[in-house]
Amino acid sequence: MSKIFEYLKGLTLWELLKGLRLTSSYLFSRKVTVQYPEEKTPQSSRFRGLHALRRYPNGEERCIACKLCEAVCPALAISIESEQREDGTRRTTKYEIDLTKCIFCGFCEESCPVDSIVETRHFEYHGEKRGDLLMTKDDLLAVGDRMEAQIARDRQQESDYR
Amino acid sequence: MTIKDYFFELTSWLPLELSLTLWTTVKIMAICVPLMLSVAYLTFAERKIIGYIQARVGPNRVGPRGWLQPIADALKLLCKEIVIPTGANKLLFLTAPILALAPSLAAWAVIPFDSTLVLSDINAGLLYVLALTSLGVYGIIVAGWASNSKYAFLGSMRSAAQIVSYEIAMGFALVGVLIAAGSLNLGAIIRAQDSELGMFGWFWAPLFPVFIIYFISGVAETNRAPFDVSEGESEIVAGFHVEYAGMAFALFFLAEYANMILVSALTAVLFLGGWLSPVEWIPDGIHWLLIKISFFLFLFLWFRATFPRYRYDQIMRLGWKIFLPITIVWIVVISAMVVWKVPPWFANSAI
Amino acid sequence: MSFEVIVFYLFAGLTLTSAFLVIVVRNPVHAALSLILCFFSSAGLWLLLEAEFLAIVLVLVYVGAVMVLFMFVVMMLDINLAEIRKGFLKYLALALVVVAPMILIIGTVASSSYFDMPRYSAAVKQVAGHNNTYEIGKELFTKYVWPFEIAAVILLVAIVAAIALTLRTTRQLKNPNVEQQLSVERDKRIRLVDMGAE
Repeated sequence: MSKIFEYLKGLTLWELLKGLRLTSSYLFSRKVTVQYPEEKTPQSSRFRGLHALRRYPNGEERCIACKLCEAVCPALAISIESEQREDGTRRTTKYEIDLTKCIFCGFCEESCPVDSIVETRHFEYHGEKRGDLLMTKDDLLAVGDRMEAQIARDRQQESDYR
Repeated sequence: MTIKDYFFELTSWLPLELSLTLWTTVKIMAICVPLMLSVAYLTFAERKIIGYIQARVGPNRVGPRGWLQPIADALKLLCKEIVIPTGANKLLFLTAPILALAPSLAAWAVIPFDSTLVLSDINAGLLYVLALTSLGVYGIIVAGWASNSKYAFLGSMRSAAQIVSYEIAMGFALVGVLIAAGSLNLGAIIRAQDSELGMFGWFWAPLFPVFIIYFISGVAETNRAPFDVSEGESEIVAGFHVEYAGMAFALFFLAEYANMILVSALTAVLFLGGWLSPVEWIPDGIHWLLIKISFFLFLFLWFRATFPRYRYDQIMRLGWKIFLPITIVWIVVISAMVVWKVPPWFANSAI
Repeated sequence: MSFEVIVFYLFAGLTLTSAFLVIVVRNPVHAALSLILCFFSSAGLWLLLEAEFLAIVLVLVYVGAVMVLFMFVVMMLDINLAEIRKGFLKYLALALVVVAPMILIIGTVASSSYFDMPRYSAAVKQVAGHNNTYEIGKELFTKYVWPFEIAAVILLVAIVAAIALTLRTTRQLKNPNVEQQLSVERDKRIRLVDMGAE
């Protein structure tokens, strides 16, 4: 008996009509699209965007060429060469991040003992040629110089959890 | 003086046959150009409506509120290169899009827009439409085979079997209409729906199951969601038109949407009384046909936004085991109604 | 030469050319497509005779349904043409022996008085708006009703026979039972249990 009832109910397309009613109710619902260039979603202070190399307040670069980031990088995007400077400290002569390889996992930032390599909130960058996305040491330091205030503020905010 | 007289006066220096051919060409253009424009804006409507149903706003960047989006799309497709895959049958590869588009345009020849406005008022209009809609499958089959690609071939095989199956249910549904109307001429079919019952005298009422089946078969026939297994982008990439790019792809796109409009127009003509008005205080006319077509086009988009894709064996089951028996039963029912003059619809039928 | 005659020669030429192409082109898919073109142009010829119903039915049935299935099969085949053409000369003699009586029979039938033109009255031009669908229907269901119904029964027998020959119920079928799958409802699979917070 119930089988016949279900068969007849199937013929009325009842379940399809229920689905149609649901979608039609969404037709008039509030739209949640973010109009991107004009509107932006809020960012976390832990946002992982473009990389930067930081400096100490006196202008000395933080990186001591320990190569921990190079070792931990799962995408092998970082390559470092180092030499001893005249004052006896070890510094990098080459620090390159290939952004076409980078997966933005943030391991380099986590591994850095001197908080030198960081990932900033900046993500709206592009390269017109493939080589444009190979960030050299100078590029990275320049990003760091440009965004130091924001970077320092984010690290300060996160310092309780580190 | 009508436009026709003016045209013939203008071309009076030509032989009569030639000027007649030219006049027909002008009429064809008068159908095809608005049709192509509506196809362009149907794609826009589709993206907007499906966007709204998914709580998005849809395209809104090109032009005011996105109204120039279809033009931008067309320009992009025009500028793209047509890539012909190695091992493809070049002649058939380039013929296939034309084979897909031509029938969906040619079928418009017999659609009556108004009580006088029809390109060719032939007696076997309904059969002509049925014949031409069944031809659209060649574009798909030939495209799939000529592409020399597994996905394209799979898509075209699925599509061919599906269209041939639903053709039968569709044909039987049309037999119901033709029994009720007593004519194969589309204008006469609409006139047969004009009764004192108003909108309840239209054929959707006595032929209700057939009406539903016809529209669903129409959705299946045009390979639209939820019957779009021939495209099946999540399983066979894009089905029969994977290998197509640029304008060749655009022709398939045009064919699909022109077919949607055609099926909507046919459903409106056969079951919803075409140009007839449902209310007394607004006169009959082409505006009613356009409103009815828009309603069915909206249903197409609504279905696409609602239903997940059918599994292939279930599509075949639906066509052969559900639609076919119901239509055959309803043909018997409607024949009995016509023969015994069952009121309110057939109280004064001719037979 | 009137417009109609030009159109006639156009369609007639197209019919003959495409019919010839069906047997000479190398690619079977091209042959099938030529056959479709042949059907189309003969439908055009019928239209010239004002037999629009027959013309459209020819397109609907042969082009719209039968040839689709033909294409289906032909495309699935992987025909090695070189292999087929290998023994052409060897079989030529045998083929000629088979073909000769066929040509003889066709020739005798075609040249006999049965197909003489005078036996048939020329097609009469009807007034515009003449409904030949109605005429054909009337002829089929009055004068030729028995041949018509017998042909229908024969076709039905052929369908049943084809299904009976290909149906293999003994084979282990692994396809799912769609009815059973579709009859499943949410309430039969899911039970919502009210549990208090711990």
